[in-house]
Amino acid sequence: MPESITVSVNGRPVVVASAATVAVAMVLAGAACRVSASGELRGPLCGMGICFECRAVINGTQHCRSCQVLCSAGMEIRTDE
Amino acid sequence: MLVWKFAPMNSVVNKQFDVLVIGGGPAGMAAATCAAESGCRVGIVDDNPNLGGQIWRRETASKASEASKWAERVLAAGVEVVAGTRVFHQPEPGVLHAEGPKGLCELRYGNLVLATGAREGFLPFPGWTLPNVLGAGGLQALVKCGLPISGKRIVVAGSGPLLIAVAAYLRQHGAEIVRICEQASWTSLARFGAALLGHSNKMKQGFDLRKALSGIPFLSSSWPVSAEGEGVLQAVNIRQASKIENISCDYLACGFHMLPNTELATLLGCQIQNDCVQVDDLQQTSISGVYCAGEPTGIGGVELSLVEGQVAGFASIGRIQCANELFSVRTRLRKFAAVLNRTFSLRAELKSLAGPKTIVCRCEDVTFDRLQRHNSWRAAKLQTRCGMGPCQGRVCGPATQFLFDWRLDSVRPPLFPTRFGNLAAAASNTEPVQMIVTGEQE
Repeated sequence: MPESITVSVNGRPVVVASAATVAVAMVLAGAACRVSASGELRGPLCGMGICFECRAVINGTQHCRSCQVLCSAGMEIRTDE
Repeated sequence: MLVWKFAPMNSVVNKQFDVLVIGGGPAGMAAATCAAESGCRVGIVDDNPNLGGQIWRRETASKASEASKWAERVLAAGVEVVAGTRVFHQPEPGVLHAEGPKGLCELRYGNLVLATGAREGFLPFPGWTLPNVLGAGGLQALVKCGLPISGKRIVVAGSGPLLIAVAAYLRQHGAEIVRICEQASWTSLARFGAALLGHSNKMKQGFDLRKALSGIPFLSSSWPVSAEGEGVLQAVNIRQASKIENISCDYLACGFHMLPNTELATLLGCQIQNDCVQVDDLQQTSISGVYCAGEPTGIGGVELSLVEGQVAGFASIGRIQCANELFSVRTRLRKFAAVLNRTFSLRAELKSLAGPKTIVCRCEDVTFDRLQRHNSWRAAKLQTRCGMGPCQGRVCGPATQFLFDWRLDSVRPPLFPTRFGNLAAAASNTEPVQMIVTGEQE
């Protein structure tokens, strides 16, 4: 298995460790995961699939909890939809 | 003729087990192993991609660790691991519906072991919703999952033994731990220290952690009063001894001890007392054939979880004698757990951390002042949407319980947000592969 892979966060390439979760890729990209109901930027809180703060669009599927999804090469992650 | 295909959403996976274990952490792995080593058909269902739960996240592959030993036993015993799958409903006793990577998963079981673990407790304070303010276990989980942390300045705050373990872990991975702030007082920490004396394992862990954290300021009776930053965390204000100190940092890792995950047990109708699942000597809940082990029965740590898991596993297949043999060690560990939970119970001052405009429900952005007008969790839910977002009150619910003494009384299916296709498949329990519409195409 390669040591690192490249995924895309909002169209920009991000290099992550091969077993990293999507939440890690978003934190590394400096991208907030979502905008809250009142317009605040939010990032991951619980890291274990409970809080849903880290949800994002992964390969076109909305509302994925990014902390529970492993990155794969070429994966497209969007936080701006 | 027009053909609309709905195939990918609605494939149904059916599985049947003598003993089904929900949760693949220490308690679940122990229960599954003990049940399966007698030759029963046993399955573990877990939301995470790998076995290990939160405490052993990413550790089941590291050689000669306790985590890897249990993982090897699980697989050697022939346990089927259904990963990335979470239970959202019990349509009838003996059947659970879960959402997995391939869609709906229908799980049939003879006996059930609930090993759903615990989550961190969170308390609202101004700025706690800023990116880079995470749970202590939350930040550790991200680092375990590949987040580089070297050179980052981190304040670890909140309550519980997890803070120390997380601080040591983060430091080991190159972080600069600026402060550890524990809300409990020195007096109660000293009592906890005394309780460690009877447990050589835990005492050794304690010494090792102390060594790993040498030189880092550890403050008792201390907690974060606010976090600051423009769109991202930049600094945190820490209270200690009536003084407020402003500390710049990259991350605030803040969790207030642990909370048992009792939602599934509640949904099944198991008796809950003091926020924990009630069990008898054999770890059986108030429902015959439904067992519960580990943190949902009371926060007690990994050793107790392993023992309770083994008891539940043996009991679930009728090997009562094997279960009996573990009672004395369980009693000893439960006594320690009682001291642990007394030590890290939250002080009343923390109820005044949130200001009127502090968000309490992060999913629906409901502020403290809007909740103050209500006198129950239900009324607040109906009128403010507090607890009605995707986390379904898992974060704000316990916080309002602490802040307003509300009783959380509304667990209902689906237990987690679930895709419509899977709900539809669960409702019809058929497989709508395609719909054919006759007519002319343009």
